[in-house]
Amino acid sequence: MPRFPLPLDVPVPGASFSDLLRDVGATPRWDIPADAARTISAPEGTTVLAMTYEGGVVIAGDRRATEGHLVAHRQIQKVFQADRYSAVAIAGTAGLATEMVRLFQVELEHYEKLEGRRLSLEGKANFLARLVRGQLPMAFQGLVVVPLFAGYDELEAVGRLYSYDVVGGRYEEIEFASTGSGARLAKSYLRTAYDPGIDAAGAAELAVRALVAAAHEDTATGGPDLIRGILPNVFQIDSAGVTQLPDEQILPLAEHAVETIR
Amino acid sequence: MTIPYYVAPEQVVRDKAEFARKGIARGRSIVAMEFADGVLLMAENPSRSLHKISEVYDRIAFAGVGRYSEFDTLRKAGVRQADLMGYLYSREDVNAMALATAFAQTLGAIFSHELKPYEVEILIAELGAGDVDNKLYRVSYDGTLYDEPRFVAIGGKSEALLEALEELWSEGLALEDALEAGRQAFRRAEERESEGWELVVLDSSNGRRSFRRLEEPSSPESDAGGAP
Repeated sequence: MPRFPLPLDVPVPGASFSDLLRDVGATPRWDIPADAARTISAPEGTTVLAMTYEGGVVIAGDRRATEGHLVAHRQIQKVFQADRYSAVAIAGTAGLATEMVRLFQVELEHYEKLEGRRLSLEGKANFLARLVRGQLPMAFQGLVVVPLFAGYDELEAVGRLYSYDVVGGRYEEIEFASTGSGARLAKSYLRTAYDPGIDAAGAAELAVRALVAAAHEDTATGGPDLIRGILPNVFQIDSAGVTQLPDEQILPLAEHAVETIR
Repeated sequence: MTIPYYVAPEQVVRDKAEFARKGIARGRSIVAMEFADGVLLMAENPSRSLHKISEVYDRIAFAGVGRYSEFDTLRKAGVRQADLMGYLYSREDVNAMALATAFAQTLGAIFSHELKPYEVEILIAELGAGDVDNKLYRVSYDGTLYDEPRFVAIGGKSEALLEALEELWSEGLALEDALEAGRQAFRRAEERESEGWELVVLDSSNGRRSFRRLEEPSSPESDAGGAP
């Protein structure tokens, strides 16, 4: 059979975009010496968090990327819409993480178009685990990517969130989760302040407060920069889909958090 | 050893073409036309799960008539190609012209290399943006590519449909009027009522992914697309 200008034949099951990339030879092939990571440093993204509320889930992140003790980027984006009903936040090596998100976004849309329906939320979470696991050789080099995944489950009509570890372990979290250098600080703040009956507005406010609390103690986490107008990214996901809260809505929350958290 | 009979290449091409045309003539036709807010695609399709019109990329839709398995193979290949280009370069670098050319080359290669040609005719519609016009392309079973202005029809009754649309279509139709023009053209060409419509619009008010399925008979929007 001749090769046609269009990719007519692909390996079964054929709905995966990453498999297609590998099939056409468009994935990078590295041959890196075992101690290579010691010689390079790349910008790293830090604290992101997510929490469920009645009827949905909120996912948020600070804006700083660091390289060693230096601030590499002041307003990097770490939370991204993945598809109509889900969003992903990333911590770790920024360059690899943002590329992973881009691939994940294409992957979800690709599946949806080929199969005529969206993946289940569980299916999306599992696929993201596979992407993280594919990153394992890089993780051994010290270039780690750890995402958080949050979405609205169309079948169950609830918000769900998943955390991951370096080897692609996927864990569903019931109330809240956080990852990145300030994660422990954010989590201890959330542990005292979170209430399972919280509503959407309360969750957004709490997300900003937890990020501010983490930024107070962790130098790699950027607090709200009220002078330059750099504010955390907050996404809200419910039955209507994913909404990114506009800066005008986050500014008062950030100001209040900065004033009141000691 | 048996020696195969000699058949003149002209005869082979003629036979294949006739075979493909017969298959396509049995299929129900599809029309696509520009309207005030974008591009409307209408297919007679009694099935609610086997789609003839589908989303390829942000501003591009695909429609096929003829053998379902064959045009669906082409559709999937088109989605793969578009997603590959969009991922490797950028979303703006995916355009209908390149896709239509690839479809034409593929159908051309199948027509000349394979024993059995594909019994399909396909349509690629692209929603324009800014100063760029809407595009409508038609690709026939042998890979001939046509660039059609304003409106286009594919399938068995395409000529009669085009003739009717020539009269019924006008610049800047509202969605309801465009739908009515399509229905009217169908009635004239087929001399019967449709057994069910599959309706799609490409409309930039739908967000990045402009593809949206419409429900019959009124038009509350369905949920098929979805936009990050």
